[in-house]
Amino acid sequence: MIDSHPLAIEATGVRKSFGETLVLDDVDLAVAQGTVFGLLGPNGAGKTTIVRILSTLIPADAGELRVAGHDLKRDANAVRSAIGVTGQFAAVDELCTGADNLRLMADLNHLGRAAGRQRVGELLDAFGLTDAARRPVSTYSGGMRRRLDLAMTLVGSPRVIFLDEPTTGLDPRGRRTMWDAIRSLAADGITIFLTTQYLDEADQLADRIAVLDQGRIVAEGTPGELKRRIPGGHIRLEFDSDDALEAAARVLENAAREQGAPALRVPSDGSTATLRQVLTLLEEAGIEAAQLSANTPDLDDVFFAVTGHSTTPELVAS
Amino acid sequence: MSALSYAVTDSTTMLRRNLRRLVRYPSLTLLLIGMPIVFLLLFVYVFGGQLGAGLNHQLNAGHAGRSGYLNYLTPGIMLMTVAAAVQGTAIVVAMDMTGGIIDRFRTMPIARASVLTGHVLASMIQTLLSIAVVLGVAIALGFRPTATAGDWLGVCGVVVLFAFALIWLATALGLAAKSVETASNTPMFLTLLPFLGSGFVPASTMPVGLRQFATYQPFTPVTETLRALLTGTRVGDNATLAIAWCVVIAVASCVWAKHLYNHRGAR
Repeated sequence: MIDSHPLAIEATGVRKSFGETLVLDDVDLAVAQGTVFGLLGPNGAGKTTIVRILSTLIPADAGELRVAGHDLKRDANAVRSAIGVTGQFAAVDELCTGADNLRLMADLNHLGRAAGRQRVGELLDAFGLTDAARRPVSTYSGGMRRRLDLAMTLVGSPRVIFLDEPTTGLDPRGRRTMWDAIRSLAADGITIFLTTQYLDEADQLADRIAVLDQGRIVAEGTPGELKRRIPGGHIRLEFDSDDALEAAARVLENAAREQGAPALRVPSDGSTATLRQVLTLLEEAGIEAAQLSANTPDLDDVFFAVTGHSTTPELVAS
Repeated sequence: MSALSYAVTDSTTMLRRNLRRLVRYPSLTLLLIGMPIVFLLLFVYVFGGQLGAGLNHQLNAGHAGRSGYLNYLTPGIMLMTVAAAVQGTAIVVAMDMTGGIIDRFRTMPIARASVLTGHVLASMIQTLLSIAVVLGVAIALGFRPTATAGDWLGVCGVVVLFAFALIWLATALGLAAKSVETASNTPMFLTLLPFLGSGFVPASTMPVGLRQFATYQPFTPVTETLRALLTGTRVGDNATLAIAWCVVIAVASCVWAKHLYNHRGAR
């Protein structure tokens, strides 16, 4: 097979156990250069373990792994020169200032005095940290800490970046800022390997998504391909009277009745076209709905769709 | 650049980082220097008169009361200073290891050993500065060493060797600790060892079991060597024993620390 896009990350048959617990079971991954790959899964699925293996922190028990063209086992240092990692917990020095942290990275990347200072200035600017540069990191907000963390990762100009749940614990505004930062990295042609618990995050950022469940990849594809397999998205209509409910059920042929409430669920892909269509049908029949809500599928819906169980299997079992 | 020069560059960077942390977080250093100074003042001014009188009787050495006890006490306080300072080593090492930053270092193409080297060198500088401060206080209180220039060189050698051994031990304890709290507690027994040796009173005045422990534990020959160099007491085979203990502790702790460092993060 001739590949126009060489692979930035290539993994076949990866296994990892901690003691008796099998954490990764025969995982295959292929991430093309310059793309954003989203690894989606609940807590405990093995996402962080994959990141720790790919970023040379721990060895896999079995499997072939190449990152940025280098074999992980034979040439870990060459991999380290090509990657940057931003983990779940901000890897910053709390006692030092933001500028200190970035300068440390510049020194460890052997940038040299002048080039280092310039890079630190650029990154402080790019991540909106110039005003806070001389303050100790212990005074930073959660969002600022994450941005500093990502900025530190970028000092060495990595070609492949691992982001392990980069927005977990951030408020919506911090999340937006982080997404913008990730998008601009992707625009620069950096390969990004992103783990997340949020379907919308993977949908927003990733070119391809793999779903990880209990150490196995259970689905893979573009966001569009995956969403087509998910029946979770629907428009919910609630009515004041049984008459209205009956009338609406006749007009909206693919609607499902809800148990215990005078309400209907109409499958939806979340587009305004579908919504308009539903509203037009109701209007033409002269039916008023008391309440309308549009529900987009979440991680749980993906899991029901591709694994047949919830993200919290132990709760379902009990 | 060669691998060796990278190792030197990275270790220097890490040293600078740790010294910067000491400057940005001075309360820990002040706390750790404060402890031996408090003990020095306490033992000289509260217990010193009585202990000095007892010391004359015990050693028959012609020391005079409180000032004689100050001369006897200072080497023990110096070791206590080292023991207190390395508590700080264990704390900062554990702060690094339990925070996310160590994973960042480990995913970077830097000389692996530079993280530990940076800690050990910074702690050495911190410990030697602490010793200088405490020694200065002792001299201000009336400590009058009789050491020659050569003796002072010997004092420096013993202090550096002893500090090196204890810093590696504290580094290993910091690496072994699951939390920063644990790391601040485990090296605490080291600050007790000058008491359970010849740091404060001669071991020969202690009851049998304790006396044997006090005579043979590593702090005692180091104390006696410093005492001999500073105040001209008889050194005997203490110098050899002191060096041997320091080398054994340093090598064992270094091996242990490297093992912990290389095998951490299995999950």
